[in-house]
Amino acid sequence: MPASLTSISSVTSIVIKGGLVIDRSGEHMADVVIESGHIVAVGKDLSGDLVLDASGCVVAPGLVDVHSHLREPGMEEAETIESGSRGAVLGGYTAVVAMPNTMPAIDCASVARDVLALGRESLCDVYTSAAITMGRAGEILTPMAELAALGINLFTDDGAGVQDPAIMRLAMEYAAGLDVTLAQHCEIESLSHAGHMNEGAVSAKLGVAGIPAEAEELMVSRDIALAKLTGAKVHFQHMSTAGSVELIRAARATGMSVSAEATTHHFTLTDSCLESYDPIFKVNPPLRTAADIVAVKAGLADGTIDAIATDHAPHTPETKERPLDQAPPGMLGLETALALALTELDLPIADVLRLMSWRPAEIVGIDDVHSGKIEVGAIANVCVFDPQEEWTISGSAMASKSRNTPYEGRTVRGKVRHTIVAGEAVVIDAEAQR
Amino acid sequence: MGATHLLTIDDLSAADIDELMRLTDSFVEVSERRIPKVPALRGRTVAFLFYEDSTRTRLSFETAAKRLSADTMNFSVGSSSVSKGESLRDTVQTIQAMGVDGIVLRHKSAGAPKLITQWTDGSVINAGDGWHAHPTQALLDTYTLRQQRGSLTGMRIAIVGDIKHSRVARSNAAAFTKMGAKVTFVAPKTLLPSSLEPWDVTVAHSIDDVIDEVDVLYMLRMQMERQERSPVPSLREYTRQFGLTAQRFQRLNDDVLVMHPGPMNRGVEIAADVPDSVNGLVTDQVRNGVAVRMAVLFKLFSTTSDPSFSKPTIAAPAGA
Repeated sequence: MPASLTSISSVTSIVIKGGLVIDRSGEHMADVVIESGHIVAVGKDLSGDLVLDASGCVVAPGLVDVHSHLREPGMEEAETIESGSRGAVLGGYTAVVAMPNTMPAIDCASVARDVLALGRESLCDVYTSAAITMGRAGEILTPMAELAALGINLFTDDGAGVQDPAIMRLAMEYAAGLDVTLAQHCEIESLSHAGHMNEGAVSAKLGVAGIPAEAEELMVSRDIALAKLTGAKVHFQHMSTAGSVELIRAARATGMSVSAEATTHHFTLTDSCLESYDPIFKVNPPLRTAADIVAVKAGLADGTIDAIATDHAPHTPETKERPLDQAPPGMLGLETALALALTELDLPIADVLRLMSWRPAEIVGIDDVHSGKIEVGAIANVCVFDPQEEWTISGSAMASKSRNTPYEGRTVRGKVRHTIVAGEAVVIDAEAQR
Repeated sequence: MGATHLLTIDDLSAADIDELMRLTDSFVEVSERRIPKVPALRGRTVAFLFYEDSTRTRLSFETAAKRLSADTMNFSVGSSSVSKGESLRDTVQTIQAMGVDGIVLRHKSAGAPKLITQWTDGSVINAGDGWHAHPTQALLDTYTLRQQRGSLTGMRIAIVGDIKHSRVARSNAAAFTKMGAKVTFVAPKTLLPSSLEPWDVTVAHSIDDVIDEVDVLYMLRMQMERQERSPVPSLREYTRQFGLTAQRFQRLNDDVLVMHPGPMNRGVEIAADVPDSVNGLVTDQVRNGVAVRMAVLFKLFSTTSDPSFSKPTIAAPAGA
C-alpha cells in the first residue's frame, strides 16, 4: 500500500529506509527511525510503522530559509503563512523566517504574536523576523527587546534598507545589547531611485531606469564599518554583485563575524532576461550580469556567503502583468531553490546542504531545533530528496497562491520526496499531507 | 500568417528600411495629390491607444490611416475606462474584442508595446514607449535625410541633448547606423545612457567639438520642467555647452542640415531662427511623417504587397 494512504494519526514511528544520510558530520548509508518528534535510531535494517522509501535518495537535515515573504497579514491574496509553508515543505524546508514587510509591518509584539500563532498551525516551523524601524520607515526603532522576548532573533526592514546611517548605528548599538542580529537589505535609495533593473548595457538599450551595483555596495560598505564600530551582529541579505561579495570577503579577512546570503535567482539568472520586458524577471535587488553570477557562485563555494536564501516573494498574476516599471519586484523561490542549487552549483551535496540548512539555522539562532544533524536525540526535521530526478518547473503546479516563478518550463535536477517536520511526515512521495 | 509588429528599429533589416523608404516615395506622391486618399486599407480598422499626451505623432498616424481609407478607433486615457483603473491587458482585450487589425500604442512605460503583443491577434505599432523606442520617428528622419542626400552612407550625424531619456535618440541611432551613417552622441555624461555598448556611436561632451565636422545636427528637446536632482546646473549652462545658438549657426558649413523631432524649445536647444532657415528640416520631417506612417500601416495591414493604390483609383476632379 502506498505510504500516503496510511492513516498518519495511527503512526507511532516512521522509518526512512535505504537512503544516504548526509548531515554536518558526514555521510553514510543508514535507515533513520523517528518517534515522538525525535530521531530515535540511525542504523542498518531498522523498521517502523510508516515506511518511507529513500532508495536513491539523500536523507538530510531539513532546509532552513532565512528569507521568505509569506505576505500575511495584509496580502493574503498572494500568499498566506499556510500556503507558503506548504510550498516550503514541498521544497524540502522545515523552517522558514518570515519577512516583516507585511501590512501592517511586523513592528510590534501584537502583530508578531499573530504571525507566530499562524505559524504554529502551518506545515513547517515558521519563525518571524521583525522590523528594525516602526513601519519600516527608517526613523524610530521598534521595541526590539519586547520582540526578542517573543523569540525573535532577526530584525530587518527588508524591502528597504535603513537609509540614515545614524539610525542604523543606533539600531546596531541597541541590538548588540540584546544579542540579536540585524539583517540589512542593502540599497541606497537615492542611487537606485526609480530604477527597475540592473543598470548596464541591457537597461541602456531597453530604456529602463537602472539600479547601479553601487547602490548595494555602498550600503554593504557602510554597514561593515558600522558593525565594526558597534560590535553588532550583522547579516547581509541577498548579495547580488561581485563588489558586494568582495566587500564581505575582505571584512571576514579582518576577523569580523558578519554573515551574508545570496538568493537562488542571483546565481541562475541575468539582466538579459529583462530583454523580454517580462516583469516576471523584475526583482529587488535586480538580476545582475554573468560576471556577478560567477562572483556569487565563488562566494558560495568558499564560504564568503553563508547561506542560500529564497527571497520567496509571491505576487498575484494581475500585478505581474503590468508594464515593467509598474509591476512589483519579486519571484517565487521555496519550491525550486534546492533543485536549482543542485543543478546550477558545481558543489558537493554536503556543501549545498551547509548553505541551505545548518548554516542559515545558525544565522537565525535556531540551530538548537534545526541542528543539521541526523543523529539519535535530534529533533526530527528531515528532508529526503532524489538528487538525480529531473522535473520541469511549472508555476501552476506549485502550492503557492501565486505563480510568479521565473523558471517556468525549466528542467532541473533534484526532487524532494519526503519532508518531516518535528516528527510529522508533512510531505510523502512529493505530496503535501495537509 | 501570424501578426507582425513594429516595436523597435531592431525589428527591421536595412533592406526592410529600404523597402519602406520606397513605399514612402509612393505615399509622398499620394499626399501631393489634390485628393490625397487611396482605398488601400478600406475595411481595415486601426485603434489608437495613447497613454501619453502626443499631438504630432497621433495626428500624423491618424492622417496616415485616413489617407489609406482605414477605419480608426481612438482610445485616450482621459476619456476612457483607463482613467477608472482598467489594466492594460483588459483595455487591449476590449479593443481586440471589438475587432481591430492593429493597435498603435503610445505608453510611458518602456516595453508596453511588446507586452501587449501577447493579448492581441493584431499587429502592434509602437508610437513611442518611455525612453525605449520610437521607430516611426526614426523612419521619418531617415527618409527625410535620404530625400535630401539620396543616401545616409558615410553621413556624419550628431544627436545632441538628452540622449538618456530619449526614445528618439535610441531609435534614430539604431536606424542611422543601420543605414551606414556615423553617429555621435553629444551630451553631458548626466544625459547619456549608463552604457553605450548597445550602439555603434562615438561621444562628445560639447557641441563645439563636433560642429565643424558634421553633416547633420539632430537637436533633441531639453526638458524645461524642473527636476529633482537636475542633470544640468541650469538651462543657461546647457545652452552654452549644447545649444545651437545663433553664433554657432553662423559657424556652420552652409550645407549642414538641422533637424528636431519637436516640440522645440526655441532659445534653449535651438536658436529661434534656425529651424526656419534653409538648413532646417523640421517641416519636412513632419510632412514626411505622414507618408512614412502610411508606408508602415500599408506594410503591416495590406493583404497584398501590390501597391494598387498607386493607380488613380479615385477619379481626379474635372479641371484638376
